[in-house]
Amino acid sequence: MNYETTIGLEVHVQLKTKTKMFCGCVNQYGGAPNAQVCPVCLGMPGVLPAPNEQAVRMTALTGLMLDCKISPHCKFDRKNYFYADMPKNYQISQYDKPLCLEGGVELMKECYPKDAQKDVSASKTVRLTRIHLEEDVGKSFHFEDSTGVDFNRAGTPLMEIVTEPDIGSPEEAFAFLSTLRNILLYGNVSDADMEKGQMRCDCNISVRPVGQKEYGTKIEIKNMNSISGVRRALAYEIQRQQTALAKGEKMRQETRRWDDATGTTFVMRTKEMAHDYRYFPEPDLMPIDTTVWLDEVRKGVPELPSVRKKRLMQERGLTEYNAGVIVADLELGHYFEAAASQSKDANGIANLIVNDLLRDLGAAAKSVTESPIKPADLAALVELTDAGKINSKQAKEVFAEMFQTGKKPMAIVEEKGMSQVSDSGAIEKFCEEVMGQNAKIVADVKGGNAKAIGALVGQVMKLSKGKANPAMVNEVLKQKLSV
Amino acid sequence: MNPQGIDVTYVAQLARLQLSPEEIERYQAQLSQILSHVENLGALNVEGIEPTAHAFPQTNVFRKDEVRPSLPVSEALKNAPQRVNDLFKVPKVVE
Amino acid sequence: MSLHALTVAEAADGLRQKKFSSLELVQSLVDRMQKVDPRVKAFLSIDAEGALAEAKKKDASPPQGPLHGVPIALKDNLNATGQPCTCASQILKNFVSVYDATAVRKLREAGAVFLGRTNMDEFAMGSSTENSSFHPTHNPWDLERIPGGSSGGSAAAVAADECFAALGSDTGGSIRQPASVSGCVGLKPTYGRVSRFGLVAFASSLDQIGPITKNVRDAALLLNVLCGQDPMDTTSLPSPVPDFTQALKQDVRGMRLGLPKEYFVEGMDPEVEKLVRAAVAELEKQGAKIVEISLPHTEQAVATYYVIATAEASANLARFDGVRYGFRAENPHDLIDLYGKSRAQGFGTEVKRRIILGTYVLSSGYYDAYYLRAQKARTLIRRDFENAFKECDAIMTPTSPTVAFKIGEKTSSPLQMYLADIFTIAANLAGICGISLPCGFAQKMPVGLQILGPSLGEESILRVANAYEQATAWHKERPNL
Repeated sequence: MNYETTIGLEVHVQLKTKTKMFCGCVNQYGGAPNAQVCPVCLGMPGVLPAPNEQAVRMTALTGLMLDCKISPHCKFDRKNYFYADMPKNYQISQYDKPLCLEGGVELMKECYPKDAQKDVSASKTVRLTRIHLEEDVGKSFHFEDSTGVDFNRAGTPLMEIVTEPDIGSPEEAFAFLSTLRNILLYGNVSDADMEKGQMRCDCNISVRPVGQKEYGTKIEIKNMNSISGVRRALAYEIQRQQTALAKGEKMRQETRRWDDATGTTFVMRTKEMAHDYRYFPEPDLMPIDTTVWLDEVRKGVPELPSVRKKRLMQERGLTEYNAGVIVADLELGHYFEAAASQSKDANGIANLIVNDLLRDLGAAAKSVTESPIKPADLAALVELTDAGKINSKQAKEVFAEMFQTGKKPMAIVEEKGMSQVSDSGAIEKFCEEVMGQNAKIVADVKGGNAKAIGALVGQVMKLSKGKANPAMVNEVLKQKLSV
Repeated sequence: MNPQGIDVTYVAQLARLQLSPEEIERYQAQLSQILSHVENLGALNVEGIEPTAHAFPQTNVFRKDEVRPSLPVSEALKNAPQRVNDLFKVPKVVE
Repeated sequence: MSLHALTVAEAADGLRQKKFSSLELVQSLVDRMQKVDPRVKAFLSIDAEGALAEAKKKDASPPQGPLHGVPIALKDNLNATGQPCTCASQILKNFVSVYDATAVRKLREAGAVFLGRTNMDEFAMGSSTENSSFHPTHNPWDLERIPGGSSGGSAAAVAADECFAALGSDTGGSIRQPASVSGCVGLKPTYGRVSRFGLVAFASSLDQIGPITKNVRDAALLLNVLCGQDPMDTTSLPSPVPDFTQALKQDVRGMRLGLPKEYFVEGMDPEVEKLVRAAVAELEKQGAKIVEISLPHTEQAVATYYVIATAEASANLARFDGVRYGFRAENPHDLIDLYGKSRAQGFGTEVKRRIILGTYVLSSGYYDAYYLRAQKARTLIRRDFENAFKECDAIMTPTSPTVAFKIGEKTSSPLQMYLADIFTIAANLAGICGISLPCGFAQKMPVGLQILGPSLGEESILRVANAYEQATAWHKERPNL
């Protein structure tokens, strides 16, 4: 029996405003407990919310970046439920008139998990249902026989992005979250770091036999702390549900918690017995008319990753692969631009970044911003190579040294006396010597085995201590062997 | 509208009020009376009438994204019935 | 004249002219409180020491504002840093405010001195102050009667000369009705005129803070200080604040005063009606024109109010859960038990009743039939007033259909209590302004005349109120305490 999977995501993103959604407390991770609170975000008697203009604009900007319809008029509503981390026991959110409707995210190939990228053929867009703005809740710390609540996080502006159930696999979910995160970084609306709780994801997943029209029972999964965690949790769930269905078990609609340590999900105790949120329009807040300021926000829409990718390919001559890797990481993009601005060979720069720099950064567990090689120096290395001053093998040596020491390429070349030999006279001499010492191979080549010339080239490189210009060597040898 | 009246037990649960059976009975009777007066609204013709959200609506009343001082932790916790370190303490919540 | 019998204007002027000191004023009030409050019980807490110390400071410093050195009482649902804010509820019995309400801050900046917190119906829910979880307040004109509610403590304190003026709050008449049955002046501003920041919310779209005073001039003076847009309350209006005392210089010649036919019907005490009609006649004598108007949706007002107000209140009161502040029940076995017990034990009967009603009308399946429908009915009620104000400049009605009843007389029927709010409720639903002032006595108890004005029409109602007041002597009467 084959099964198909339907996944929808509810993503909560903390906006990087200076202050909270409804009060002027600082919006910052990691403060001392309850040191970033005021009567408003503590829900003290008599307080009123005052909405953060920047948060509203950032949400509209996000909607524009994700191709949503921005509602001309929207409002806030109260969502009523009791919980220890809720200062007012209602959350100010948006119910029937959210800021953004519809929209979609085209999954970028480079945003799939590395081991799944080769399987990605067709392009896929995950549609969005809506994006709305609300306030975050406090944080609970569980002790042996009590729970302590810190309200620093309460009131943080939160965007809730809801997808249609368009996602068909854990890999697509991964790609969606990575693509989304990247776009959020481009718009500078959030750092969306899941480990810091700046982006949180709840999944709704159902499994059904292929061909069955009705969706299977929808099960909610919570508590994933990373994008790869989401992938793992979904993979586990699919397996669990398929196994259960194959045994003839009936799925119950429930909420399950992912436990990363054991790699399993288990049923959560329900928080609120009856999910009757009793939504009603927030009487303390006035409605929003986006038509008055939306054009201003529109001006702030950045060049999106997919657009930048095309531009890098068409205008800068990057290969699709290189362009994809570079746009998938905002900092990498900045690095590339900084380097490419100092060189004529944009694709050469891209190659070096994508192949060598990323590899070495990964091995050293460094981020792009911590790169020991500065963009200008990387550009200089490419220029040296392109000008023929060093060959590609030498370039790799220089690169390694640059990464180790942070020294400039020219300094390393001079130190090591590496200048490539491109003097035709010298090369002729090397070639003649090698030909003289390798009569058998010479005969081989003359006899029709053109490939054997490689061995002679290798000998010349050895003789010249790696300095000979390999392209020239090849030419000279061919000439001498009349092939 | 609702001929059965209010299910006080259910509503009290939603409102997190632990009422005694006697209170529930008393409220049931009183609220039925009040509700039947409220039912008169059912006869009103509200076809095409917009609900009032605010007496004098304005739009786009926002606050600038500028930091204002928070409370000192001592003030924040001043009225806390129970605390553990600088956190508000409640019975252990199991998720 | 004893200092305690002064008005705010007289006190402020006297202080400026150095006829007496703020210390003397506060002391006179403290003495008066000691003499009469054991019987009136207008106050939940009195900070004599603090007030005297503050008064001394005021005397030693140059005048900083129009109320410099004048003691004012606060209803116990207004936050003032360091002061209690019980809302007359057990659930906030030991609560201490950590911030100032904007209205309180404005009074402070105007130089006022605070001397005590007045009694009220718990969380402003009631019309008699009998719903206070501490004790009832007694009407200074007849100690066996209620002072009205929910700002009964404030009205009684003013009527008994225990303070020069007090702040109250009005959601369905809670300033105007106690002023009416206790024989003082009470003004509910247009919704949004006075910031609600710091007023413990009952019904967010209906609540307003306002002054309870001995005469109309004092109400205008306080209004000058209280009004103004506040960034902490985004429902507050950006409208400029005039000098409301200027309205007192104008007479009523040519003004059109509307009498709504739906307000003069059966069920009203005939003596109350007689006094209100006499007041109308007085104004007509002064040159006002009387027109009959109609407010056709009057009958739906109580139902509309009780759906909207309780719905909003049910959400506003959810924060009282024993977690961050307030009463927490002992030994709860889990969080839900903590909530259920703390709220059941901490809240009084009327509050619980309204929370249940409000939760119900918002609950799944009933929202459209109740809350949504009531908000539509509210639109119709607003329109009634908009149309009426095309025909007249101010509307005249009784404030309350009866004089103050005896303590305990009406507590058995909540519905009966609700129906008594009939004259005051519509003004909150429409967001307009209203004032109540004394217009005589019936059965030896004060009767109030209500004047309603269009939104931002405080100048009109002050004008009419002042014209009537200056032609009569009711405001000079004092109870025999």
